[in-house]
This record gives sequence, structure tokens and C-alpha cells, in this order.
Amino acid sequence: MIEVREVVKRYGAKTAVDRLSFTARPGQVTGFLGPNGAGKSTTMRLIVGLDRPTAGVALVNGRPYAEHAAPLREIGVLLEAKAVHPGRTAVSHLLGLARTHGLPRRRVDEVIDLAGLTAVAGKRVGGFSLGMGQRLGIAAALLGDPAVIMLDEPVNGLDPEGVLWVRNLLAGLAAEGRTVMLSSHLMSEVSLIADHLVIVGRGRLLADTTVVDLIAQAAGGGVKVATTHPGMMRELLSGPGVTVTWTAAEELLVDGLTSKQIGMVAARHGIPLYELSQRQVSLEQAFMDLTREAVEYAATTDTARILQETSR
Amino acid sequence: MSVTTAPARTAGPSAYRLTPRGVLVSEWTKFWSLRSTWITLTVSVFLLILIGVVASASSSPGGEGPGSNTSDGPGLALSGSTFAALAVGILGVLLAAGEYTTGMIRSTLAAVPARLPVLWSKALIAGGIAAVTMTVGALVSFLIGSPLAPESTAGTGLDDDGVLRALLNAGLYLGLVAVLGVALGMIVRSSAGGIAILVGTLLIVPTLTSLLPASWSDAITPILPSRAGDGMTALHTPDGVHGPWGSFLVITAWVVAALAGAAWRLRKTDA
Repeated sequence: MIEVREVVKRYGAKTAVDRLSFTARPGQVTGFLGPNGAGKSTTMRLIVGLDRPTAGVALVNGRPYAEHAAPLREIGVLLEAKAVHPGRTAVSHLLGLARTHGLPRRRVDEVIDLAGLTAVAGKRVGGFSLGMGQRLGIAAALLGDPAVIMLDEPVNGLDPEGVLWVRNLLAGLAAEGRTVMLSSHLMSEVSLIADHLVIVGRGRLLADTTVVDLIAQAAGGGVKVATTHPGMMRELLSGPGVTVTWTAAEELLVDGLTSKQIGMVAARHGIPLYELSQRQVSLEQAFMDLTREAVEYAATTDTARILQETSR
Repeated sequence: MSVTTAPARTAGPSAYRLTPRGVLVSEWTKFWSLRSTWITLTVSVFLLILIGVVASASSSPGGEGPGSNTSDGPGLALSGSTFAALAVGILGVLLAAGEYTTGMIRSTLAAVPARLPVLWSKALIAGGIAAVTMTVGALVSFLIGSPLAPESTAGTGLDDDGVLRALLNAGLYLGLVAVLGVALGMIVRSSAGGIAILVGTLLIVPTLTSLLPASWSDAITPILPSRAGDGMTALHTPDGVHGPWGSFLVITAWVVAALAGAAWRLRKTDA
């Protein structure tokens, strides 16, 4: 379990994390989402004590990270792929970390196998591709067989097969009852794997929600009905609390009824429908709406206008 | 799903935990798994022996060339100690600052969040390995070099008064310089910066003090680390430096101060 309580981190005048609170629970995959510069990496560094919070506390399994007797057994982290000396081989890098806790060589070989690095285990890390570096970082995170796994942008640089591997791996780890937290700036990636979502922008909590809730919240887009008899349908559907808009020659947009209710009405009256679908605002759109105000490096309206004009 | 993850977590408390000994073993593993370590160590032993032997063989008391100013066996054998000091000092700097320049420090401190054991282990390992290899180097340099030195040279036998002390002190001094390098690397967190300060301290400052008025220079010279090294390793204490014990205390004070600064920086600042 990771508990972040009212954490503040300032670097000089800049506030990177601003009174952030959330909890990542065991058995769940928590997606930590936000645009670039939202304070995700800083928060993760605060959790493992690499940075000291200006105020507030971050707890790992109920205690500040540094107070644990076997830190690597509590939480495994992937912070950046390049937290490795390029002159060491994958094996010596992992062995160096394993030795701190008296973990056996056997465990190093296990995580190397697990990460699919067996073929390059004896190669120096400096020559690794970004994807191999990520795999090594994930192997290091799993080294202590930890109760909590926290990964910063784990799929960065991975090929599609690697992305699938990470997804399955993390789902498996959560199913074993571990706490899994991963950060990303891509909703599309996180929504595939996370149950719980913590969305931040400019260091502040924007939403602490679930994928299901966010979909429900985003789904207020009405039901699209395509029929050969739009006029008849509109009359049949109209009622208190229901709005029906004629959007195209044979298309209606219905608010206030479910697709099932509409389908039943059509069937009862023998009206053919050739499309009946819940219109959804995409998760990506919902995420963008949430974070729009908080985007650190958004194109200004001026640049947007210039781009528009040049493209004409 | 065909994912076999780590073996299921064993129930109850685990046998594996973070211990100071574990951190020491870890740093030992990390030390020997870098090619730069091997190169720097080999180069420093090689330089110490080569320069010592050449100086001994070409020594002509009162004449020209390397070794002309020193007339005793240990002094000739240790002619390369300035270069060896730079090499082991740089080894120490790289060992510490390399963690920061590569980003490795984040992995290291995530595994050892208490932080300070990392510094103590690095200091112990760099100091210990440098002391052992440099002692061997000094002895080899002396044993090969002194038979080649001119007849008139004093102290060419290992059992001559003070000879063994001078040679063993050379190893000790170079070990302490390696620890100084570790501390500097931890303080500045940059290989280039650490090496620059080390070179400045060992080579440039001693030269600059000769430009100062005599009263200043006399006060400063004995407390310079490199001059303390001379005091520790000389058969007969040269003018203007402390004797072996005094010089040992001087260099130790420098090392302790630098380690204290490194510990403070490691504890207080974000990694």
C-alpha cells in the first residue's frame, strides 16, 4: 500500500507537488496520470525517499520507506530507465542491488529470465536499447519480490510485444495481491490495465477515480438512433425528462433513455432500427478535459493561430 | 494468462534484509564489476613501481635527473607516489561521483534508503583496496629498485631503520587519499569537478604556496594533504613538514572533515 498524505514539494519558487493525497491499494493497479510536468516523477521519488517532501508524508506499507528493515521487499521501483551505470553488465547491476539485502544470485537469474534478458545478461548496459533498459529496470523492481511495485512510464520505448508483456505482468502482480502503481501521460495506455486512476496536473490532484466511473461520467453523450422512420420514433420516445434531437435525415440523438429502452419501444412498434449506440466521450477526451487547465507546456492560442494560418 | 511472475511471496518475515554488511558486499561487487576500476588500479600500481624503479636506477646523488634530490632507498622507490596519489584519488572520485553522473545513485539509494552505509562502504572499500595494492606496489618498487640504486644510497635494505615504516606508510597514505577522493566525489557529485578539486589540492595548491610570503607558506605547508604524505613516507622528515605521526594526523583530519561534509550532503540533499 502506498499512502500519500498532503505532500508538498517545492524547488525554490516552483511548486512541483501541491498538497497531493491519494492511496494505492493492494490487489489493484493504480494508474498515475497527468500531462508532462504534472509532478508524477517527483511524487514517485518522494515515495521512495530520494527527495524529501517540503511538507506532508508518503508512507509505504504504513511506514516512511527508509524505516523498513528490508526496503527492497517492500517496494520495487522503476524510476528512470537510466538509473544504471552503463559500464556494468545486467547481471552485475542486479547483483550489486541484490547483495545489499543478502538476496542470492539465483534470484538475480530469476528476474533476468522473467524480464527476457537472458541473452544479454552478460552484456554491458551501455549498449542496451531503450526497451532493454526498461526491461532491466523492471527486473530490478522485481528483485526483492516486493509487496508494492511502482513504475514510472514503464512502457516507454518498449515494442508492442514488450508493452503487452508489461500489461500482463502488472495485471498478474496485482492479482497476486500486490499493490501496483504505474505512471503515464497516456490515458489510452493506462485505461487498458488500471482499475484505479489518480489524475494530477501541476502537482495537484485533479481526480481520484476508477476507470469504470470515469467512463460512466464521460458517457453522458446520449444514444444515437438511426432508423428509417425518425419522425415516428421521435414521437414515440418523447416524454418527460427525455430530449430527442434530429441530427441527420435518418438519425436521432436521444438523451434520458437507455439504448435498451429505445430498442424495446422500436420493437413494440415494428420500427426498423439500423443503428442503436451509446455515444461515448472517449476516455482520452475525458482525460484531456480534466487536465486542460493544468497542461504545463500547452501551445498558446497565438502559436495555434499561427499554425492554422500557415496551414491554410 | 501465461505470466509466471516472481514466486509467490513467502509467508512471514523474510530472511533477507538490509544490513551494513550487505551494503559493504554490494559495494565490493560494484567496485570490481567496472572496467574503469581495474584500469585505474593497474595504472596506479604500474606507475608507482615503474617511476620508483627508474628513479632508483638512474639516481646519481648530487647529479641531474629524477631522484637526484632524494638519496635514500624508500624516497627513490616512492618517487611515483604523487602520480599514484592522483590515480587512487581519481579512483575514489569516480567511484562516488560516477553514481551521480550515470543516475545509478537512484537505484543505489532506493535499495539503501538510510544512505550513509553507502558512503561508509565506498570509503572503506576504496581506502582498503588502495591501501593494500599501493603497499604491495611500494614494496615491489623498493625491492626491485634499491639493488639498482648507487652504493652511496642510504636505506636500501628492508630491515634498515625506518624503511619498512616509510613503505607501509606510503600504502596507508594512498589509501587515505582514495577515501578523500570518495568524499570529494560525494560532495560535488560530478566526476570532472571532483577530479579538478583533487588535482588542485594535491598538485596545484602545494606549488602555489611557494609563491606566498615565507611566514604564510611555513604555516600552510605542513597542513597540506600532499605534504603530509611526504611527512608520512620520508625516511628522514624533510624541513617544514610534521613527522610521520603528525603528518598522519593531518591527512586523517582532512579525510574526516571531507567525509563529514560528504555525509551531511548525502543525508540532507535530494538524490
